[in-house]
Amino acid sequence: MNEGAKNPLDRRSFLRCALASGAALGIGGVVKQAAAMPAASASGDNARYIVEAKFYQKLTNSKIKCKLCPRECTVGDKERGYCGVRENRGGTYYSMVHSRVCAAHVDPIEKKPLFHYLPGTVAFSLATAGCNVNCKFCQNWDISQSRPEEIPAQYAPPQRVTELAKQYSCPTIAYTYSEPVVWAEYLMDCADAGHAAGVRSIVVSNGYMQEEALKAAYGKMDAVKIDLKSFTESYYKQVVTGQLKPVLDTLVTLRKMGKWTEIVFLVLPTLNDSDAEFRGLAQWIKANLGADVPLHFTQYHPEYLLKNLPVTPVSTLERAKAIADAEGLHFVYIGNVPGHPAQNTYCPKCRKMIVERVGFVASEMLIKNGKCPFCQQPVPGVWHV
Amino acid sequence: MSAARNGSRRDFLKGTLSGAAFLCAGGALAAQPMAAEVGAAGAKSRVVVARDELLRGSGFTVDAQRMRTLLDRAMLALFNRENSLDAWKKIVHPGERVSLKVNTLGGRGISTNVQLVEALCERLQQAGIKSSDIVIWDRDSAELERAGFSLAIGGDRVQCYGTDRMGYEDELSAYGSVGSRFSKILTQRTDVLINLPVLKDHDGAGVTIALKNMYGVIHNPNKYHPNGCNPYVADLNMLPEIRSRMRLVICDATTAMYEGGPAYKPEFCWPCNSLLLSTDAVALDYTGWQMIERKRAEKGLKSLEAEQRGPSYIITSADDEHRLGHCDSKRISVVEV
Repeated sequence: MNEGAKNPLDRRSFLRCALASGAALGIGGVVKQAAAMPAASASGDNARYIVEAKFYQKLTNSKIKCKLCPRECTVGDKERGYCGVRENRGGTYYSMVHSRVCAAHVDPIEKKPLFHYLPGTVAFSLATAGCNVNCKFCQNWDISQSRPEEIPAQYAPPQRVTELAKQYSCPTIAYTYSEPVVWAEYLMDCADAGHAAGVRSIVVSNGYMQEEALKAAYGKMDAVKIDLKSFTESYYKQVVTGQLKPVLDTLVTLRKMGKWTEIVFLVLPTLNDSDAEFRGLAQWIKANLGADVPLHFTQYHPEYLLKNLPVTPVSTLERAKAIADAEGLHFVYIGNVPGHPAQNTYCPKCRKMIVERVGFVASEMLIKNGKCPFCQQPVPGVWHV
Repeated sequence: MSAARNGSRRDFLKGTLSGAAFLCAGGALAAQPMAAEVGAAGAKSRVVVARDELLRGSGFTVDAQRMRTLLDRAMLALFNRENSLDAWKKIVHPGERVSLKVNTLGGRGISTNVQLVEALCERLQQAGIKSSDIVIWDRDSAELERAGFSLAIGGDRVQCYGTDRMGYEDELSAYGSVGSRFSKILTQRTDVLINLPVLKDHDGAGVTIALKNMYGVIHNPNKYHPNGCNPYVADLNMLPEIRSRMRLVICDATTAMYEGGPAYKPEFCWPCNSLLLSTDAVALDYTGWQMIERKRAEKGLKSLEAEQRGPSYIITSADDEHRLGHCDSKRISVVEV
């Protein structure tokens, strides 16, 4: 969800993008509704989008318990879970968003951001509606906090997504913008279709999920970016409507699974910007994930329900980076600040610049065979297709 | 739509003189004409429970004529009037656009009855409301149809469609724990909102009646079910889009459900054959909650509180922060007719 913060979109801009995405999918334009007169229903009950959900447990009285994320919603008949995209129908739980794409773009992979995974390539990026948290600063709340029938969407089955990725010369499909955890079934099918055709999969996620779902769904991913939104439970409770501990567990599990993982930490003035929090975060990462995990401190822009805070000062981001550097992390970046030198990658040994970035573009990539060209220090990441 | 326009001069003075309690209620109350009585110190909220044991005759279908009579009887009792038209003129005025927010999640089994809505439309038109200025609505057109309503869009007739036909406002409205986009039917087609919930159990919230029926006017109700919907329901009902428009609640308790909700579970329903009316949604919800508790006790079930799902949002709605109405039985006058 933080990805939107790099290029904040107002609703009008977003709808423009949605229209563009319709064109990208090549399956017709999005129907515009006249506000004055009720239009034909844009809803909702279209069977082609509905598949039985994975990761749930049947209870008595037609209720179910969702086992996708730690929230474990108990959902009665005809109701939906917190995410708004999974519905109980007579005791069977369904995903309402399989192949129901509300946003699709060809993005630089640096926009995710993934800096150590196929730099300079583009990712066929898509989303459905829905999210399992409700961050007060969400940049893409138009889609993440909506039910699928409320927003224009296009039918894009996995095979079509793969074709489009290849058509647009994208080596990866990126599941992003909203929260891919809640459309796990679609993501898994897309990943399978993509892999069969030589297209990889990456996911941009909050990591707020149960271990079984994580292993099954993100086990199919080739790289993962996790939004670690804070390093305190209180922030997760009050600002995110979630919990920190399961996200940390996700990061550790991803590490054990051997998935290439990068972490974004969106810095909000006064809420998660203390030295102690930055230090605790960096120490935890080093101890549990290792010093080579890229950590991106990114700039917040006022949006959604949190508009009363200023844009994060660059000096705050630099302070965060200095603390994380001092704690021994090797790859600490500053994001959402175009032109900042901390967008580049420097060799952890000789400190020379080995990847230069301008905006979302990797303008110079000097790494060869996974090593620094100056001192031959191995640089962790996946650098070439 | 100001208080002065709808409340009598005596009501207004009584409210003004009642002191700090009224003043503390703030500007939002002023927009809701009937709430001035709720805010007045010492004032009681009236909840009418109108019952007709023969509402269905000998069958399952509600008798339209008996429903019309029952509605009239309830309105007369609520407003202490001799003539039902006089009672309706307390609620609506010619030229206003009136929307009827029904509840159709439960299909034909437990939704707002078509017969009630037809009777209501008839009385509204007699009170001077143009047929095309009346909208019957809920979240979804398909759910309306499944509950027995016929969609009607355009022309000089009573309108009937779901929010899926008009969409939601682009901008968020926020209060406390809630940030939501409202149905354009509410914001663009409604001067007066008449809330027409049903009376039923809810697995998470305890009960769902009038206050929670407002989950059907926003785009993201799924975000507000944790913690028994508390304080989300109360916070949502604080928003001026609702408060400035809702003038009356008519709860259709023809069929009520004491367990297993919100989906229709016939084994947990009883023929309550009643309408509950009030201008105080909190008092009505409190009264309905007690009716459900009594039925649960009669059936040998634990109370909702004992099941850890007492509808605490009703209590929150009446607290010092919200002051949306009364949930203290000493401040509710239940009139059975």
